[in-house]
Amino acid sequence: MADVETIERVREIDVDKYKYGFETEIESDFAPKGLSEEVIRFISGKKEEPEWMLTMRLDAYRRWLDMEEPTWAKVDYPKIDFNDIYYYAAPKGQDGPKSLDEVDPELLKTYEKLGIPLKEQEILAGVRKQGEPSTLDEEGGGEYASGKVAVDAVFDSVSVVTTFKEELAKAGVIFCSISEAIREHPELVQKYLFSVVPQGDNYYAALNSAVFSDGSFVYVPEGVRCPMELSTYFRINAENTGQFERTLIIADKGSYVSYLEGCTAPMRDENQLHAAVVELIALDDAEIKYSTVQNWYPGDADGKGGIYNFVTKRADCRGANSKVSWTQVETGSAITWKYPSCILRGDNSRGEFYSIAISNGRQQVDSGTKMIHLGQNTSSRIISKGIAAGYSDNTYRGLVSAHRKATHARNFTQCDSLLIGDKCGAHTVPYIEAKTSTAHFEHEATTSKISDDQMFYCQARGLNEEEAVALIVNGFVRDVIQQLPMEFMAETQRLIGISLEGSVG
Amino acid sequence: MLKIENLHVRVEDEEREILRGIDLEVGAGEVHAIMGPNGSGKSTLSYILAGRDGYEITDGSVTYNGEDLLDMEPDERAASGVFLAFQYPIEIPGVATMQFLKVALSSQRKARGEGELSTPDFMRLVRGKAEQLKVNQDMLKRPVNVGFSGGEKKRAEILQMAVLEPSLCVLDETDSGLDIDALRIVADGVNALRSPDRAMVVITHYQRLLEYIVPDHVHVLSRGRIVRSGGKELALELEKDGYAAYEEQAA
Repeated sequence: MADVETIERVREIDVDKYKYGFETEIESDFAPKGLSEEVIRFISGKKEEPEWMLTMRLDAYRRWLDMEEPTWAKVDYPKIDFNDIYYYAAPKGQDGPKSLDEVDPELLKTYEKLGIPLKEQEILAGVRKQGEPSTLDEEGGGEYASGKVAVDAVFDSVSVVTTFKEELAKAGVIFCSISEAIREHPELVQKYLFSVVPQGDNYYAALNSAVFSDGSFVYVPEGVRCPMELSTYFRINAENTGQFERTLIIADKGSYVSYLEGCTAPMRDENQLHAAVVELIALDDAEIKYSTVQNWYPGDADGKGGIYNFVTKRADCRGANSKVSWTQVETGSAITWKYPSCILRGDNSRGEFYSIAISNGRQQVDSGTKMIHLGQNTSSRIISKGIAAGYSDNTYRGLVSAHRKATHARNFTQCDSLLIGDKCGAHTVPYIEAKTSTAHFEHEATTSKISDDQMFYCQARGLNEEEAVALIVNGFVRDVIQQLPMEFMAETQRLIGISLEGSVG
Repeated sequence: MLKIENLHVRVEDEEREILRGIDLEVGAGEVHAIMGPNGSGKSTLSYILAGRDGYEITDGSVTYNGEDLLDMEPDERAASGVFLAFQYPIEIPGVATMQFLKVALSSQRKARGEGELSTPDFMRLVRGKAEQLKVNQDMLKRPVNVGFSGGEKKRAEILQMAVLEPSLCVLDETDSGLDIDALRIVADGVNALRSPDRAMVVITHYQRLLEYIVPDHVHVLSRGRIVRSGGKELALELEKDGYAAYEEQAA
């Protein structure tokens, strides 16, 4: 209903009046279905953005109209109708389940295994938003009492967020939503946004640039070592993330920041298409460590309903001696299309990519990295561990290139694939281009299966089949797990076990 | 405790029987040695007891404490106290030996409905046993059997056995690949586990191991049948005369 009204309204209102009109007339936070300049103006207006931002969005949109959806990845999905999608919708939870009873029991089982308190389960499953009263409160003590204690202890995040904002402010670190940054720190945003991933970079990045709804912004000033791990964990609970996230992280000279995005429990999500963009900029002697745990809904046993995840993540090691390290654990989504990359522009800069990609059921993963060596003595390291089970397809696709001037560029790449069962596929597609004879690139790749011997050995020691697979896989990915922040290691190990459930037998 | 009756086994999809009617009874507190030449079915017997896939039981039964062992999954057998020390222990890259032990022990305790051991208690338990077996702390941190020497692998197997405290220990050619010093350490470890409520089946090719682990009973396995049983002196006799006579007898 509101949609139809909105569409008509958008058509009626001329550009100068649209904002006012929407603010007063439209109560619900829905943009009309489909993509048009009006919708982009609506989003920009909702966010109270300055004119320059709107211009950039519209520029991206016009570029996107001329672009073709890429088809080179080894993924197969029905054609997306981009006019059948809401590009700006009310926060999740509005039309979500009313209580945990309405939530998919499979999802709840997973939460239970991860040891997530009931009240947090409500937030993850979209029953309520952070700050809203829990439906569990009415039921009073009894079986929920313990849940309450845990939630209050861990997730009474008002105070957590506050103390943590104060501490960051003291250090001069800016950590806020990108919308806020566009309003409050326009000089930084204008200088750096789109400087790593330009509006017209690729199909999905262009789409994101036109319609991004929110995301995170981090600026670490010169010489500052960010006093804590920054995590979207707090932010996600506080403000629901949109389907088109935009993240911008700038590490000024000599600074350091570690950022963790994601959450180890699968999030219920109404949005099937996700196209996020992350831009990282490291200036002289700066270091950024970016870790991701992605566990979006992978779809049902037939692969229906899962998230399509088309992400552009790129880091610019702009300054000399700068360093960026990407660590990713990808276990969710029906389709993953993701290549966190490093442009090694500064001399002696270093890029790292550590990846675990697990696919089960009907999941399709096409993921890897690009290490673009431009500066002298630049080095990069790629460790990729792909695990395919069920009927899934798991592809590593990577590019390592050295520019003519990138003398003494060095890369080491190790791609290991592990197959579980005989219906899945693992593929490795490395591209290596060296335009200087002084480059030193190494590539190692292995493909293996979990052997019957290993399974029997573990079972003979008392592990059941699923425990055995989880243990063997955790061993296989150990080198990458160790790159994760400490507090996420154990959770990730559990998550790997859960992702592979039903992969044997 | 363990009762094997008329056990016939063949490899799946193959005609030939590897075990052709085994009868064996092992009581609590007893140590039985099974000796025989290569290809007599010794390792197959150990795999059948532990529950390895790929074999077809064509006749007979195996009961353990009155329960049908053949009906249980390998992990259920482990939880109910069956332990197989492998002839060729398997490597599990990336999984520290200590972690492997912890997962194994917790899985078994969980299956038996026992509470989980606290980490400090567990560490104490493992460290204590490791010391007895001269397994150094460094080895506990290394991935399971990866890059272990022959002797280290066998000591690690016995360490697992000591930590898991099974009631039936099946040792498959634990002496193979061991020099005399390692053999003595391993044998001491096994002997330390001898107890009135624990049974052991020691499978070996040579009599040498039995000088250190002295059995109560010795059985000669040849071409899938137990052709002779006796006391510990039977091992010495075999060492002197060889298996040739029995092979003819079994054929």
